[in-house]
Amino acid sequence: MSVLHIINKSPFEKNSLDTCLRLAKKGSAILLIEDAIYAAQKNTAVADKIIAAVARHSVFALAPDLDARGIDESTVVDGISLVDYEGFVRLATEYHAVQSWL
Amino acid sequence: MPQIKKFLYVNRKAPHGSIYALESLEVVLVGAAFDQDVSLAFIDDGVYQLMLNQNTNGIGVKNFSPTYRALSDYDINQIYVEKESLELRGLKQEDLLPLTWEDEDEDWAEKDSIQVVSSEELGDIIDKQDIIFNF
Amino acid sequence: MSIELDGKSYETDEEGYLVNMGDWNDALASAMAREDGAELDSNHWEVINFLRDYYEEYQIAPAVRVLTKAIGKRMGKEKGTSKYLYELFPYGPAKQACKYAGLPKPTGCV
Repeated sequence: MSVLHIINKSPFEKNSLDTCLRLAKKGSAILLIEDAIYAAQKNTAVADKIIAAVARHSVFALAPDLDARGIDESTVVDGISLVDYEGFVRLATEYHAVQSWL
Repeated sequence: MPQIKKFLYVNRKAPHGSIYALESLEVVLVGAAFDQDVSLAFIDDGVYQLMLNQNTNGIGVKNFSPTYRALSDYDINQIYVEKESLELRGLKQEDLLPLTWEDEDEDWAEKDSIQVVSSEELGDIIDKQDIIFNF
Repeated sequence: MSIELDGKSYETDEEGYLVNMGDWNDALASAMAREDGAELDSNHWEVINFLRDYYEEYQIAPAVRVLTKAIGKRMGKEKGTSKYLYELFPYGPAKQACKYAGLPKPTGCV
């Protein structure tokens, strides 16, 4: 398996998402956690990037971080899978390496 | 004999505004003792770490940029700089430290340590790693 | 802590490393060695001067294996061994020689 990319910064504050999308190979996975979950919503300025990413990657978002920030699951871009902490751990073990974009 | 792993240090912060760059360099140098397959990547503002002609006298902090030239003594010869990050900042390879190493297998021929690579190529490099550290 | 020489006092850390690199001079290096019960000869000075040059150029003290390799390359193969360097500096070549050379304690090395 290839790399699991983890992003934890808001796409409106940091360029981590852009850099990750520029470098992540097709077929690698992307997991949005903490403030990066704001990137998972529909109708944002970065939604087109996420929609494009879903076609190339398995994209996940950490559900407890959505809940904590009042982001309703129905507003999440189609194709993004929500995971709980157990799913997070499972992803980390399934992939060959983890790249946490700071 | 333990298996040699591929270690990549990803650097994405400018050098003197935060402690990340110096911390990364120290971890790289200490980690070099473990004889692994180490490479460094400079992406986004991380490319500023390699700028030539840094002079920190006026800001009262240590100028650690000469230390990058010591990396080859530690057998760290694979230094990747993302082309797109350079271009976005109006930089060329000539603006960076001329880092070189001597290839023992080719009669100590001097070679460039820095390779400017596209996002595509750097993506492939990231994909091949076993362990990735971020700074 | 400090080290005294010719009526002057030079500040050191708790392990005897000079706090201000600018304080360093040959006599101070010899005084630090005497405190450890050692007398510096030309072989010691070769290493100490190498370390000072290396620091001047790269702003770090080299790790032992880097030091060993470089000494061997510059001063002859028979000197490029950790045995040789440990005989000169029994408390650990990088650590002890760096102290006499007035450099900061090397990070993560012996």
